[in-house]
Amino acid sequence: MFNASLKDLSAMLSGGKISSVELTREFLGRIDALNPEINAFITVDIDKSLMQAKLADAMIASGRAHPLTGIPVAQKDIFCAKDWLTTCGSKMLSNFVSPYDAHVIERFNSVGAVNIGKTNMDEFAMGSSNETSHYGSVKNPWDRQAVPGGSSGGSAAAVAARMAPVATGTDTGGSIRQPAALCGISGIKPTYGLVSRYGMIAFASSLDQGGPMAKSAEDLALMLGLMTGFDSRDSTSLDRPVEDYSRDLDKPLDGLRIGLPREYFAEGLSADVEEAVRAAISEYEKMGATIVDVSLPNTKLSIPVYYVLAPAEASSNLSRYDGVRYGYRAKDYKDLTEMYEKSRSEGFGAEVKRRIMVGTYVLSHGYYDAYYMQAQKLRRLIAKDFSEAFKQCDVIMGPTSPSTAFNLGEKGDDPVQMYLSDIYTIAVNLAGLPGMSIPAGFGKNGRPVGLQIVGNYFSEAKMLNVAHQYQKLTDWHLKMPAI
Amino acid sequence: MSISLSDVKRVASLARIAVSDAEAEAVLNQLSGIFGLIEEMQAVDTTGIEPMSHAQEIFLRLRNDEVTEQDQHEAFQKGAPQVEAGLYLVPKVIE
Amino acid sequence: MQWEVVIGLEVHAQLSTESKIFSGASTAFGAAPNAQACAVDIALPGVLPVLNRGAVERAIRFGLAVGAEVRHRSVFSRKNYFYPDLPKGYQISQFDLPVVLGGEIAILVDGAEKTVKLTRAHLEEDAGKSLHEDFHGMTGIDLNRAGTPLLEIVSEPDMRSSKEAVAYAKELHSLVRYLDICDGNMQEGSFRCDANVSVRPMGSEKYGTRCEIKNLNSFRFLERAIEYEVSRQIDIIESGGVIHQETRLYDSVKDETRSMRSKEEAHDYRYFPDPDLLPLEIAQEWIEKVRGSLPELPAAKRSRYVSDFGLSQYDAGVLTSSKELAAYFEDVAKAGLDPKLCANWVMGEINGWLNKEALEIGQCPISSRSLAGLLNRIQDGTISGKIAKEVFEAMWKGEGEADSIIEAKGLKQISDSGALEKIVDEIIANNPSQVADYRAGRDKLFAFFVGQAMKATKGQANPAQLSEILKKKLSA
Repeated sequence: MFNASLKDLSAMLSGGKISSVELTREFLGRIDALNPEINAFITVDIDKSLMQAKLADAMIASGRAHPLTGIPVAQKDIFCAKDWLTTCGSKMLSNFVSPYDAHVIERFNSVGAVNIGKTNMDEFAMGSSNETSHYGSVKNPWDRQAVPGGSSGGSAAAVAARMAPVATGTDTGGSIRQPAALCGISGIKPTYGLVSRYGMIAFASSLDQGGPMAKSAEDLALMLGLMTGFDSRDSTSLDRPVEDYSRDLDKPLDGLRIGLPREYFAEGLSADVEEAVRAAISEYEKMGATIVDVSLPNTKLSIPVYYVLAPAEASSNLSRYDGVRYGYRAKDYKDLTEMYEKSRSEGFGAEVKRRIMVGTYVLSHGYYDAYYMQAQKLRRLIAKDFSEAFKQCDVIMGPTSPSTAFNLGEKGDDPVQMYLSDIYTIAVNLAGLPGMSIPAGFGKNGRPVGLQIVGNYFSEAKMLNVAHQYQKLTDWHLKMPAI
Repeated sequence: MSISLSDVKRVASLARIAVSDAEAEAVLNQLSGIFGLIEEMQAVDTTGIEPMSHAQEIFLRLRNDEVTEQDQHEAFQKGAPQVEAGLYLVPKVIE
Repeated sequence: MQWEVVIGLEVHAQLSTESKIFSGASTAFGAAPNAQACAVDIALPGVLPVLNRGAVERAIRFGLAVGAEVRHRSVFSRKNYFYPDLPKGYQISQFDLPVVLGGEIAILVDGAEKTVKLTRAHLEEDAGKSLHEDFHGMTGIDLNRAGTPLLEIVSEPDMRSSKEAVAYAKELHSLVRYLDICDGNMQEGSFRCDANVSVRPMGSEKYGTRCEIKNLNSFRFLERAIEYEVSRQIDIIESGGVIHQETRLYDSVKDETRSMRSKEEAHDYRYFPDPDLLPLEIAQEWIEKVRGSLPELPAAKRSRYVSDFGLSQYDAGVLTSSKELAAYFEDVAKAGLDPKLCANWVMGEINGWLNKEALEIGQCPISSRSLAGLLNRIQDGTISGKIAKEVFEAMWKGEGEADSIIEAKGLKQISDSGALEKIVDEIIANNPSQVADYRAGRDKLFAFFVGQAMKATKGQANPAQLSEILKKKLSA
């Protein structure tokens, strides 16, 4: 049951084989057993979850069921959920009980999905290893010495350890795809603007995008259909017709043109990751796809561009945490300035403070043009690289991360080393394109490898089709860590 | 452009983050590394390229001028650090 | 040395929308603390701004009214600074791409017309309020005003005296009310002025260092603050000092400006385009639709009063100073009365009494119809102008309409020439020596005879007729 697809779980629920309350208890039991070690959840609230499960059972009984009705969903603690502690992984919000629901939470509530708990994450989504969380590191279920990736590391670990059938994540520079890769699960970051950011705590507004994390592409398609859709409360939400992302899952891949960017198979890529990714690509060739050599010449620039733009936006987005209206306020202060400075330096962790300072610097007087403006111009060049590439191919494939999961503490003291590991994912956010990661085997240390699939704008259905066909042929996505 | 200790202090103060002298040194090291990484982009000639702020080339959608929100200040102030008579309290503001 | 004063004004006009610029909370004045501060206004984690169409429309109205360019594409930026009444830690404003660019306002000072150029007008959100009453030595923050739409109207440094600055501010104040985009209530802070003041030696091309005086919430304070500031700056320079660019506050009790301590710290607002908001596009059709709905503006009204009613520039200026006053005047004049007579009464008695009792024209106890009734009686000779003032006062006190008061008090003018001749004959007969003196050349005595006649008729003699009869009889 813990390895069952959404489709199967949904059939069990509507067929009366199991109730949502029972299913929820099963997963809560698994969380109870595994979470002390994995630390994937910040908040679990049995009463609230079971209350939702009861409502779901009533919905199922009345025949008003959606494929996600009664399904436990692990929610990244970046989504505000009414009456739930919503910390964003920070001490700053360690006492923040949200008075409202994010759009994404509303969508899940509207179909009677069950919030099984709020998952751990890098503080304010800033990190690639989950080590910046105020609530402690998450352990990779495949190897407790390893990081789960980040920032949606709790969600990835929860799904990998089967503590939840599915989870939500957010992706600003790879925060869905990279932990999905490192934990051996599937995850998709849709085109910017498809999932409302209302109630999703902002890191870098022009890059942040919510998306689902699950075992398979098939499950992602069901989740994505629910999470996307126009929301008038987010000015960047796109007003587009609702899509059925499952519609093309079974299409054959004959004639599919897969672009392999030279820059993604260059120096810095571990041999075992490359081997697994190339093996996956040859599976696609067997399914009738053709390989196209493409170039994304500005790939290397995406790191500096991202580490200017994201901190700049973050430095401003995080100014609201000032100890005045909610959240953490320092105990002793002699005046207003000290109240601000102490609250913020005690409430934020080191990485968040570093990024706030970088962002403040690049926006400050005399530096704006050289940093922020230059980065925005380069952002256009990076986006153009992709539009050129998509003239020659339907999807782009490559590794999600240069290596399998690294060890906890391995890159702790060197932010630059950590930032460099985002090389394959961040350009996708800068361009606003959809990107996903699916399991494609294991590295030589037995840790999972992710295959990244990048599509053109609004080509999520195609990407899910591409991923699903691979998952029909392989079983990497069904492998469970030995726990 | 290299970043100095006084830059660190100026930026920390602008961002209202307290940094002790010892911390400032450590932060300076890390920020220098980060700016070393960022400097790579300075070499690119971007003359004539339009800055890109948003992924989609679309315009702002406007809201009708209607009152849609009700008074919720009690719920909002439940977790506030210090409130009195519906007001958020802060250390004295000097004008 | 002769000094030239240079003044530019920044006016924050609160736009009269129902809801806030980026949220659906009400903008009504006077609610309980924070009762109108919604999730967006208090900047809860995860909330996002959505722009109010009504605010944009009002900016377009303004832009068109001052002959400015309404830009098809403008951008909202974040102005970053920490202040407890600024919940997000940044203000959403417009920086390098404002919605309204250029434009001009004509002002009238001492009979001379002058044009003040506008730099720009941009949309932004207001901050909340810090209440400094004592809360155990702390400050209370009320965010009801946070997010209220403002149009910041920035002038060029085109004004050369406090008088010009006040004339400009008044003209702008009248204009935004004509346009129905701002209620203009200065006590409630709906129309606030910041003045940038500097001085330079007469004839110099270079501007002096300026000081910004913040939050002047009355025309009188604007004038006083500028005057104080000008003399402060001249004193400093003449005694060998230099002016430091700074923000100052006007203290109306002490009638002086003082440096704002909290603003001393060097500001670095770190403006950048707000990533939560896309560029604002204003299509030409929208602009044209708004243009079609604009009311007659003060300048157009003024020239119409001069050309159609034959009023002086000055009178036309006074009457059009507010939309309501102009409407009142036009209502009175509509009744087929001499426009000049109407103008004199509206500007004289009506305005005088309103001022005396600190009332707005909307609260005037005499309706335009009632005033027309009174003026009709002057025009048809039933009463004299002097008697009319007595009637007016009674009307003001609520004693009824002009006709009933004239009737009740027996104030009808004596225009019966037979009756007047009889009275004049009697006066001539009773004052032989004065008559003789007058006839001998003491012209001044004429007033004595008028006085006698008025006394005899209790002031009800038709003055023109009386004087005619007197002249005729005395010279006989």
